Amino acid sequence: MIAIHDLTKRYRSNVVVSDFSLEVAAGESVALWGPNGAGKTTVVRCILGLVGYDGTIEVGGLDARTQGKAVRSLIGYVPQELSFYDDMRVVELLDYSAALRGLSPERVDEVLGTMLLGDHHEKRVRELSGGLKQRLGIATALLPDPPVLLLDEPTSNLDATARDSVIRLLEDLRHDGRTMVVTSHHMEEVGMLVDRVVAMENGRKTIECAPMDLAEELGIRAWLHLITRNGATESAVEVLTAQGFDVRPNSRGVLVEVSAQAKGRAVAALLDAGIEIEDIEVWR
Amino acid sequence: MTTTQAGVITERPQRRAIGTIATKELRETVRSRWFWLWTVAFAGLAAVLVTVALPGSEIDGYSGFGRTSASLVTLVQLIIPLMGLTLGALSIAGPRESGALRFLLSHPVSRTEAFIGTYLGLGAALAAATATGFGIAGLVTVAGGVPADTTAFIWIALLSWLLSLAMLGVGMLISTLTRTSGAALGGAVFVWLVLVFLGDLGLMGTAAATRMPVNVLFGAALLNPIEAYRLAALATFDSSLDVLGPAGSYAVDTLRDALVPSLLAVLTAWVIAPAAAAWFRFHRGSDV
Repeated sequence: MIAIHDLTKRYRSNVVVSDFSLEVAAGESVALWGPNGAGKTTVVRCILGLVGYDGTIEVGGLDARTQGKAVRSLIGYVPQELSFYDDMRVVELLDYSAALRGLSPERVDEVLGTMLLGDHHEKRVRELSGGLKQRLGIATALLPDPPVLLLDEPTSNLDATARDSVIRLLEDLRHDGRTMVVTSHHMEEVGMLVDRVVAMENGRKTIECAPMDLAEELGIRAWLHLITRNGATESAVEVLTAQGFDVRPNSRGVLVEVSAQAKGRAVAALLDAGIEIEDIEVWR
Repeated sequence: MTTTQAGVITERPQRRAIGTIATKELRETVRSRWFWLWTVAFAGLAAVLVTVALPGSEIDGYSGFGRTSASLVTLVQLIIPLMGLTLGALSIAGPRESGALRFLLSHPVSRTEAFIGTYLGLGAALAAATATGFGIAGLVTVAGGVPADTTAFIWIALLSWLLSLAMLGVGMLISTLTRTSGAALGGAVFVWLVLVFLGDLGLMGTAAATRMPVNVLFGAALLNPIEAYRLAALATFDSSLDVLGPAGSYAVDTLRDALVPSLLAVLTAWVIAPAAAAWFRFHRGSDV
């Protein structure tokens, strides 16, 4: 559905995306993951034709450079935030976006209903909470019922509650057959939202893998604090050391270095040895 | 989910998209503080100027309706260019800075459609402001018992709108050349100072100091759209243009019946050229 080949983007002498290639199949969801400045957002802007680039990008077999309008008619885009339309009412913003796409006002009513924004339609954008603003951004993207969704850091400015709500919404969208490209720097959420992760750093693709393998591929380790009962610390150290774990005892239990994707192994080893675990804390 | 028929989307500019953008631009501009500041200032000063142009007094050598019109032309020369320049300067740099332009262009909308829609919306807003100012001035004139030449009055209002469009294009060109709305506004005010004050006073000073031939003086004046507007507007109710001194006499003697069409052509060129340059710059595309 999306085919990017040898994409390079320069801002004067500064190369922000370099020789980046990616194929996304129809119905697949892919995350562009990486720190700020990795080039994720620039890739999204290239797909939308918002910035010039070298290389080729096709969406649905259409060339993004020469058939930009046709390509954008296939795409629903969710920006990081909608603060630039703070003075508009929710329904006005949706009406405007619908009119630009030649959609009927009835479609706006439909989307207001399905996105649970009906009670807020007369509010100005600035009066919405962060979560509702993002819901409105997604509503705007869904107006044309597009086969492709591009989401630029959809949870970056949200508190924990709003983030959970948006992630649940995006999980639903993931399962209704759309092609999704999500940019994110949160490792936890890409695991819930996508089939494949493309890690980027300094404008280059560094890793491409399943979400569950990302931490392992990146060599990210976690520390588990296993709080044991009845002074079982010494036994726990023995069992875990024998299993090859790096273990550090303390007054409440043991700290064990584990693979970020296989924390259960250490817990299982202690349970198998009959050592009771009172509590578990994950330290990154 | 349905699949959009992308094949039917044409890359050519479409009226629907242009109309949608123009309508939103007009609505937003009419809601903005900037617009009301300029409109109220223009309409208020127009009303005051017309009111204080007492019967029997003379402004720039004119009396009666000519006096009213001359005072309005003087006011237009100052306010309308600043209005057009600032609206134009904020039109692209502002939305680019805030992210609104990125959101707009993420739709199936081309840059040409976005540019034309913005231009038309702002042009309509300037028409509304000009009509409000002239409408109030006209009402005050009629209420004051001064016999008005309606045709001349409407003609001057149209010329004023033409001037505002020329300045809008210059403002939009500045907007495409700058990254921030602050820089664009600064550029707009600078151009306004150059055209309104330095252009006029500088030309007079240079002419006096260098004994510039009158034909050169006239040609140089025409490079300034505000001067072209002033000549065209004053020629509407005074075919001699003696009040403008040797340059006015030269213009009338040389161009005769072609004077007003020539001035209109100059103004039209000022409407088209900067707007076309701004479109080219926007279309060929800086990143958003």
